[in-house]
Amino acid sequence: MEKLRYERPIIRKLNAGLVNKFGTQARSEVVSHLEGASVKALIREYGSPLFVLSEQQIRRSYQNMSRIFKTRYPKVQFAWSYKTNYLNAVCRIFHQEGSWAEVVSGFEYEKALGNGVPGKMIIFNGPDKTEDQLVMAARNDSLIHIDHFDELYTLLRLSEEFQLKPRVAIRVNMDTGIYPKWDRFGFNFENGQAWNAINKITDSDRLNLVGLHCHIGTFMLDTNAYAIAASRLCELAWRIRDKHGKTIQYLDLGGGFPSTNTLKGSYLPGSDTVPTIDQFADAITSVILGFGFSKEELPLLILETGRAMIDDAGYLLGTVLANKRLSDGRSSTILDIGVNSLFTAFWYDHKVSPAQEGGQYTEETVLYGPLCMNIDVIRESVSLPLLNKGDHLVVHKVGAYNMTQWMQFITLRPNVVLLDHESHPKLIRKAETIESIESQEQIPEHLLINSLS
Amino acid sequence: MKFKKNIATSDTGYIFNPGSGDSFSSNQIGTDLLSFFKEDKSRGEIIRLICAKYEVEKIQFEKDLDDFITQLRDHNLLEN
Repeated sequence: MEKLRYERPIIRKLNAGLVNKFGTQARSEVVSHLEGASVKALIREYGSPLFVLSEQQIRRSYQNMSRIFKTRYPKVQFAWSYKTNYLNAVCRIFHQEGSWAEVVSGFEYEKALGNGVPGKMIIFNGPDKTEDQLVMAARNDSLIHIDHFDELYTLLRLSEEFQLKPRVAIRVNMDTGIYPKWDRFGFNFENGQAWNAINKITDSDRLNLVGLHCHIGTFMLDTNAYAIAASRLCELAWRIRDKHGKTIQYLDLGGGFPSTNTLKGSYLPGSDTVPTIDQFADAITSVILGFGFSKEELPLLILETGRAMIDDAGYLLGTVLANKRLSDGRSSTILDIGVNSLFTAFWYDHKVSPAQEGGQYTEETVLYGPLCMNIDVIRESVSLPLLNKGDHLVVHKVGAYNMTQWMQFITLRPNVVLLDHESHPKLIRKAETIESIESQEQIPEHLLINSLS
Repeated sequence: MKFKKNIATSDTGYIFNPGSGDSFSSNQIGTDLLSFFKEDKSRGEIIRLICAKYEVEKIQFEKDLDDFITQLRDHNLLEN
């Protein structure tokens, strides 16, 4: 007689009460394949945990966002935010699609050059640019976005010393009605600091002020904040034209568009609450178009969108290590995915799907990572089918920030695979080994003696 | 470990505790186990029967059996 499929025995208390206004509990959708590639086969080939990125999804997201903005505004340029995901393969997909590079450190700047981005298509942001880096960026005709007065004066001195006239913008911070107000980067609009910086630049004649930049926050849920930001930048551009007779070539509205991930503490899922990219585009472009610029004067609109372009394209595959009953009766499951790999578990309630068919019964469970640290929690409570040791799971929307903010902590960082345009897996970052980590270490001679042997 | 005698169970996995008024549901294998407990089958016999009926390793089932007993205790369905 053929044996029946096994499922852990479970007993669940039935609670009578009001009907849930959101309907009955949805069954967990089984995700056994990603674009035709078997989760099981990917893990067998590349190990677990495993990051998987979809090239097709990256290109779809870019093309969709590009279409949304370009059908509303005549001059649009995207610049790929390197800090969101600076794996070279990922950056090169965006560059193939036409994205410039937006970098915030010398390290990222060098990566952009290495990825074949011409210097004039690199936007150099951030508060930390060394003198050498500023000179290099100026010589490469990059767009240097000045963050503070110390940097402004340094750049003025370097321009004099090396007889350069770099193309620059200032980063402007402002009150857009959101909390917390991001005023630590750039020059403030309301207190006149931004205007003061603009005057210093234009009066010096050593720097070529070509743009204005802002980045008002991250995971922004209010489209009106972008309308305010666009309006402030237009106002500055208008004043620069009036006072200095200079046309600002571009307005860079930065990044900050949210993905459809669900922020921790949210009542409803992100997919139901996050504004669409069309709404953000409407807010920004209608302000610029309606400000009064002539057709010839309309500035190029630069966007440094990161998260919203790549979160959907990333998956993290993992495996159940153990099931455990907690002291209060709750079920918990230990995965081989920890917060060292899935850094965004600190921000989001990530959607998690089983990768194999399970029974009809589900159980509220805590998902823990493998680290011997109390903070290693992937989901505080999630309803999943009864999982067994060795079962696989898929964590969704992990493309942004995880592959840059991940930590080598307790365990090693895993392989990253790209499903290419034909859904064939390609290894784009090898898993770390003890050798790759220890290659950076040095042991002083007196510690080479082993007293325990 | 003794399952309370007054607990009502059905073949479809519905469980009712008349002492507390609480009701529960269980999956098929849980329902099988409750009927074995009511029949006072030994642990060894239960393991043999389940492993013969379902696609499961003995070691895995033994662990899950202990977890199920913990769940029954948490729900106050076992004799003290």
